[in-house]
Amino acid sequence: MTTVLRVQDLVKHFPVRSRGVIRKRIGDVHAVCGVSLDLQERETLGLVGESGCGKTTTARLLLNLVPATNGEVWYGKRNLLSLSRKQMRPLRRELQIVFQDPFASLDPRMTVAELIAEPLRIHGRYAEGGRAKVRELMKQVGLNPEHANRFAHEFSGGQRQRIGIARALALEPKVLVLDEPVSALDVSIRAGVINLLADLQRELGLSYLFVSHDLSVVRHVADRVAVMYLGRIVELAPTEALFTRAAHPYTQALISAIPVPDPRKERTRRRIILVGDVPSPVDPPSGCRFRTRCFKYAELSEPEKLKCVNEVPALVDRGHGHPAACHYAEALQML
Amino acid sequence: MTDVLLEVENLTVEFPTDDGVVTAVRGVSYELRQGESLGIVGESGSGKSVTSMAILGLLPKNARVSGSVRFRGEELLGRSDSELSGFRGRKIAMVFQDPLASLNPVYTIGDQIAEAMLAHNPVSKQVAHARALELLELVGIPNAKQRMGAYPHELSGGMKQRVVIAIAMANNPDVIIADEPTTALDVTVQAQVLEALEAAREITGAALVLITHDLGVIAGHANRLCVMYAGRLVETGSVDDIFYAPRMPYTLGLLGSLPRIDSKTRLTPIVGSPPSALNMPPGCPFGPRCPMFAAKCEAEEPPLYYATPDHHAACHFHQRLIDVKPGEIFQ
Repeated sequence: MTTVLRVQDLVKHFPVRSRGVIRKRIGDVHAVCGVSLDLQERETLGLVGESGCGKTTTARLLLNLVPATNGEVWYGKRNLLSLSRKQMRPLRRELQIVFQDPFASLDPRMTVAELIAEPLRIHGRYAEGGRAKVRELMKQVGLNPEHANRFAHEFSGGQRQRIGIARALALEPKVLVLDEPVSALDVSIRAGVINLLADLQRELGLSYLFVSHDLSVVRHVADRVAVMYLGRIVELAPTEALFTRAAHPYTQALISAIPVPDPRKERTRRRIILVGDVPSPVDPPSGCRFRTRCFKYAELSEPEKLKCVNEVPALVDRGHGHPAACHYAEALQML
Repeated sequence: MTDVLLEVENLTVEFPTDDGVVTAVRGVSYELRQGESLGIVGESGSGKSVTSMAILGLLPKNARVSGSVRFRGEELLGRSDSELSGFRGRKIAMVFQDPLASLNPVYTIGDQIAEAMLAHNPVSKQVAHARALELLELVGIPNAKQRMGAYPHELSGGMKQRVVIAIAMANNPDVIIADEPTTALDVTVQAQVLEALEAAREITGAALVLITHDLGVIAGHANRLCVMYAGRLVETGSVDDIFYAPRMPYTLGLLGSLPRIDSKTRLTPIVGSPPSALNMPPGCPFGPRCPMFAAKCEAEEPPLYYATPDHHAACHFHQRLIDVKPGEIFQ
């Protein structure tokens, strides 16, 4: 397998400014802190975590949509983060994004045909065969080409998300960043979009970075999963391994918190209830960032705790077959 | 026999709009018995929230509500606001989806929990505050003592929702209606809130109506289940019956389209989308999306048939669904 995208030590700090006229910089939101990952050809890499963990920021950094504070994103032989907007432009054809909210991401004054043709026009590809291409794209994502002259508001949420996908596919990209693509959709609609994404990947040989807060969805689409907590990746594993041998306490709590639509199973499941809330990313805890909520940390002896307080746990394999960023990682079956 | 706390009968809610009358709820009937937890599940626009708002008389004035809602035999529909306030909070408490909208931003949470108690009980402020502190601890808020003086904006979403649950518990209600109590929350926080809700149920002995779109939450927290579609109940029964032996194609399709964390089979989506309340198809509202659609479905809206004595399904062909897997009828 070849690596299409390689991310190294990605860092993003957003400044926090004081109120008033001067707006002095008084601190930083540590949104993404040293994230490294790679995306293989024809692979779906799931990036999961709860609100504010930095998963969406990571996705945007990858496409150079927001400037990074530090780090590298290698696409082929080029570091995207060192490119100017102009240099970046031809590469955008190959790296596309689908946003979460299909209501906010489509121009209400454009018809579906115009919406899908827009990326083609921008990149000067509409003149030859653009019309036919739009029809073909509509068919590909399961929309009726006869509806090409309708406006976005005439479609349901699921159909709108299909329009978003068609726009992203118009330029025949190699990598698709999917930022919570099904989170805004109702259950009966969501399954159709998930299946569509799987089919498109197979047909077109795409690589997906699938950002989501929903581990059940990620289980269905991803080959590998990276779990983020407060700006850091805490565990990175092949999907099956993550669900059968989660090694990081946060991943274990996350998996145990997800309800299973199966009453008998649900009655007998072990649930890890975390205490407290996610700390502020303006002033994250020293050492391991999860320790303030960690059930394992609570049971450690004082000298053992010191290690969590003073030393940032590296994301390495501690004998579980995949890397986990916990000094005291221990594989558990949580399902 | 278990005694019935809440009886909803043939509840219908209509809203006049510029485009015509929208019937949001069409003839919903259910019973809530002592100590049980009844789940109501449905997608956006299925009428599940409107049903619960109608029970407490919380709908806007232009809503036309008909049918009957009885609490321990007393009719609630058609009562004035002041009469209803004797029930609201005291007998029937409600937990809404958005805790920020349920809490007053200019009072501390301690005051707000105490206020709920003072509104219905002749107790002193000291007693009310002591009880408020106790309730905060029960719903699992860390450092409850300090938090008593906090304002809603100082708390996270999960904590705010637990405060709302504490308020709901304040008067030992007989019924708690929770409308999408965890929808806006992260999963680990959802687990905390659901645990608080379980604690509330255990301590007050209240029966719970849990309204949600999440079948996973229902599986773990309800005994009986009502499935709503296009303003109607389309299947009711015990949670086990509905999850393991659904008799309505919509329920079956819903279960088949659910990504599950414990398996990785291909999902079987339901085609199309729910009908608009302004433009209902003739006959069975699920007909246009149903793979088992037949002439009879268009001619006649199916009533809730008995599948078994305690399991009802609104499908003419519910018997064909015995032992059928979602993938066998949905593509």
